[in-house]
Amino acid sequence: MKILLKGGRLIDPSQELDTALDLLIKNGKVAKTGEDLPAGADVEVVGIEGLWLVPGLIDMHTHLREPGYEYKETVRSGAEAACAGGFTAVACMANTNPVNDNRAVTESIRRKAADAGFARVYPVAAVSRNLEGKTLAEFHDLKDAGAVAFSDDGRPVMNAGLMRMALEYAASLDMPVLSHSEDVHLSAGGVMHEGSVSTELGFPAAPSVAEEAMIARDILIAEYAGADVHICHVSTAGSVRLIREAKARGVRVTAETAPHYFTLTDEAVRSFDTNTKMNPPLRTAADIAAIQEGLRDGTIDAIACDHAPHGQTDKEVEYEYAASGISGLETSLALSLALVAQGILRPGALVRRMSTNPAAILKVPGGTLKAGAEADVTVIDPGRSWTVDVSRFRSRGKNSPFQGRTLTGKAVLTIVGGDIKHREI
Amino acid sequence: MKLGRKDVLGMRDLSVDEINLILETAESFIEVSTREIKKVPTLRGKTVINLFFEASTRTRTSFEIAGKRLSADVINISSSTSSVVKGETLIDTARNLEAMNPDIIVLRHSSVGAPHVLSRLLRQSIINGGDGAHEHPTQALLDLMTIRQKKGRIEGLRVAIIGDISHSRVARSNILGLQKMGAEVCVAGPATMMPRFAGQMGVTAYTNIEDAIRGADVVMMLRIQTERQQISIFPSLREYSTYFGLNRSNLKLAKEDVIIMHPGPTNRGVEIAPEVADGPYSVILDQVTNGVAVRMALLYLLTGSELKIATGRTP
Repeated sequence: MKILLKGGRLIDPSQELDTALDLLIKNGKVAKTGEDLPAGADVEVVGIEGLWLVPGLIDMHTHLREPGYEYKETVRSGAEAACAGGFTAVACMANTNPVNDNRAVTESIRRKAADAGFARVYPVAAVSRNLEGKTLAEFHDLKDAGAVAFSDDGRPVMNAGLMRMALEYAASLDMPVLSHSEDVHLSAGGVMHEGSVSTELGFPAAPSVAEEAMIARDILIAEYAGADVHICHVSTAGSVRLIREAKARGVRVTAETAPHYFTLTDEAVRSFDTNTKMNPPLRTAADIAAIQEGLRDGTIDAIACDHAPHGQTDKEVEYEYAASGISGLETSLALSLALVAQGILRPGALVRRMSTNPAAILKVPGGTLKAGAEADVTVIDPGRSWTVDVSRFRSRGKNSPFQGRTLTGKAVLTIVGGDIKHREI
Repeated sequence: MKLGRKDVLGMRDLSVDEINLILETAESFIEVSTREIKKVPTLRGKTVINLFFEASTRTRTSFEIAGKRLSADVINISSSTSSVVKGETLIDTARNLEAMNPDIIVLRHSSVGAPHVLSRLLRQSIINGGDGAHEHPTQALLDLMTIRQKKGRIEGLRVAIIGDISHSRVARSNILGLQKMGAEVCVAGPATMMPRFAGQMGVTAYTNIEDAIRGADVVMMLRIQTERQQISIFPSLREYSTYFGLNRSNLKLAKEDVIIMHPGPTNRGVEIAPEVADGPYSVILDQVTNGVAVRMALLYLLTGSELKIATGRTP
């Protein structure tokens, strides 16, 4: 099976390429790129004039909910949603039930992902057993089973001593630790950002410093241990500053943010729409500006969805009882493309943050269209206008604060390992 | 007469004209409660549901009496446990109630915004009986009514609100209402009970009670909600009553004709000394009386019934 993608604008930050080139896929690999490649026999030619041809997008922060919460999402529905959103691979967090803190769960997720045959799924295993923050999970065994990173995401590792051990142990395995940085004593059950809006509404609120204090701690521990640390879902201006300063002095810290943190502010909470509830919470316009600047100058390495699908019963309740998070896989690309439209990121820089950098941080294949690489390819129509309709999401999670919004830009062709998994052209 | 709105969710949404209309209507209802037969047929055939997800004696009883004095059928549904615990969502509960065709639902709920969500989902009128630390509009209205009764005006008065400002819906609603009616509001409490952005509310914030009381026309004490905090946000009740309690001595800093208010129930000896609560400046029981009248006014103005009472007095 051969596919020739013809007439597109090939954007591949791994080769510093942004030019009109065709791409030929053969036997699941990128065979070659070149100008005006000939079609030849038994080649499916897909004309992609005016579209972007990029290395398959990789979401390094997804919750697939299986095992345990299949009504929210399964490995299959999540992997299908990923492809619909232009992602050829996702890394899925460990807060399932049972928790992915052991080989059996990791293997089960991988098997289900292989059976589903949509996006590649890279399990992230727990830092601590049952996410309790007490005892390290079996890192070696989890690595052998196929885990790519460690994280207690959803919960912070409050015990600094355990975090130090996790960073050191993971470093010895050449694997990253992904930190959900939140001091729970400072966030103290807050359901929104502490600021002007929370003062008015009277909600229990989580201050920026709850995130920043923990990031400062994680940076200092990583620096001392000489280990890598990756900061998840950065949401505040202070966090961006801390990470920028740490990178400047050579700390091995990387960071991601999510589209909602550069798109929405805490003003959205005034609607009392529980789809505006997330952790960390939506912050302020000044935070959005700082996050955009952090993305522009490279302080923030990656854009991740923090795809957190929930069922109706989790969200159609009082705001304070509602589950946190949004179903993000199918809106992330369009929201991120807005950064290009606003002149904050060039297309190559966007692709770097959504594909090449996540691959590098997770040390997984992908993020490149070099000849010989796995043919994980996304074709983007940057100009296609569409309206978010959660009832059409492939994800079981219909929880989106962007419902009804008209967005610009869409993945129109998603190819994983040479096979077309999603097609709208 | 009728309010031009379906719901009363907070003081933030009410205009000065609407507030005046509510207060004037309430004044006209005071007389009903002093009759031998304390009942008028105004809301005959109307159904009011008090849906209380938080413990409350005073507010629920006040709404119940208000409804009954207007001849409405009043149903009380109280649940101290959250709907999550019960396994039925608030929205389910409300939709079930809606199907029984009540006219007004009074909702008290510990979660901010719960009445606002119901107001969008249901065709019935919703009155916010207190949502989390957000708003408690009927309390603010009865406080405004009491101040105007005692002082003859609201505009230009200096009002001090003292206590846990952060967690108080009474404070939030009163600040909004008092400012709309032209009063100058200051707040005081321990730093741990003061919202970080108190300044944006247009109030002067003090961390000692004396500065707030000095020159005040009205001193409004808030109940210390020891049960609501996960961790103690002040060192001890002893320290609180010593440094933030209203007593005979610090009350001297206020104007000579100061009035003292409290939304109740009071923690005697904590935020307010017993001799002050029962003293000549206290209007705490007038607040309770006015509460019934204000709630009658709201029930009446929201259902838009003909006013069928002989108004013995006009405000």
